Amino acid sequence: MVQFRLPKNSTMSEGKTFKASPDAKNVKRFRVYRWSPDDGKNPTIDTYEVDLDKCGPMVLDALIKIKNEIDQTLTFRRSCREGICGSCAMNIDGANTLACTKGIDEVKGDVKIYPLPHMPVIKDLVPDLTNFYAQHAFIEPWLQTKSPTPEKEWRQSHEDREKLDGLYECILCACCSTSCPSYWWNGDRYLGPAALLQAYRWLIDSRDEATGERLDDLEDPFRLYRCHTIMNCAKTCPKGLNPAKAIAEIKKMMVERQA
Amino acid sequence: MSASNKDMRTPLARVRAHGSAKSGTGDHIRQRMTAIAMVPLFLFFIGFLVSLVGADYETARAWLGNPLVAIAALLLVVAAIMHMRIGMQIVIEDYVTGERLRSLALIGNFFFSYAVGLACIYAVAKIGFGV
Repeated sequence: MVQFRLPKNSTMSEGKTFKASPDAKNVKRFRVYRWSPDDGKNPTIDTYEVDLDKCGPMVLDALIKIKNEIDQTLTFRRSCREGICGSCAMNIDGANTLACTKGIDEVKGDVKIYPLPHMPVIKDLVPDLTNFYAQHAFIEPWLQTKSPTPEKEWRQSHEDREKLDGLYECILCACCSTSCPSYWWNGDRYLGPAALLQAYRWLIDSRDEATGERLDDLEDPFRLYRCHTIMNCAKTCPKGLNPAKAIAEIKKMMVERQA
Repeated sequence: MSASNKDMRTPLARVRAHGSAKSGTGDHIRQRMTAIAMVPLFLFFIGFLVSLVGADYETARAWLGNPLVAIAALLLVVAAIMHMRIGMQIVIEDYVTGERLRSLALIGNFFFSYAVGLACIYAVAKIGFGV
């Protein structure tokens, strides 16, 4: 059976606590998952008390403050700090989201921060996304054509261009795929919501001439049909996209070409 | 999900794996068609059962032998068993890990569905034909 409980080497215990200075008035506690591949120990939950009067408004601001001023060993990915690179995706307050667009004031009580669920952890809040990226590469996310390349450009009507809205905005942060139980249990064979949303982005592109081949590659009980419309993907997407709908549209295309 | 240290295939080779099974849409369609079919069939069958409340064995047997009722019952059996087989297969593929255990569970599901389905069909036919 699939493993519903954490394996022994992943069970967590209470870690260190870093107290705020006594003169801090607006203190928020950040409970952060810590694991290092170097010491052979199980993960711990460290507690950092952060003075919000001296901290930016977002969870990422607090993490950067912790790393700069409290504990330099804390490891996480971040880059653009404005919700466009997808690097700082993590599980905050029980839901996958981007630390840079999640306001600290949105969280009641302690701010609990874990890496994206059910992925191998490289260190602390950094998951191994190798498989996730390979799945994106697999759907061949580029324009494929058979016709001779036009002199100027591949033309597209305004109406057809509008069909890409809600799809092209995906930043591949992996929040959706790592929130999906089907992806947890069969992530080696199920492509997951992020890759399938990208697949649909190219399936629906009027300029693309490989629609049939793309559908052929997805015609599989695991690659596509592991989606059971659980909708965690749409609920958690920090960009407000709806991968579940994109997957449903792919299934419709599959049925249409048979009926 | 993490690759074992012995597996030296590239990540893309692992995703491409054995290629597409070129199936899945058939079961997807069947699962939905049987679901739609079961709505009127179940309503009919529940109504049929309610109408028999208080009736004796012979009356119930005679009504189930009525061709229209028997055909509706057979359609319901076929739709429900087909729906059950696909649904159970999906549940097994979702939650049962390990190639051997998964294969055994899938084989069991296949045999169980056909055995139960044929037993139901036999029962209805026996009453219908009065053998």
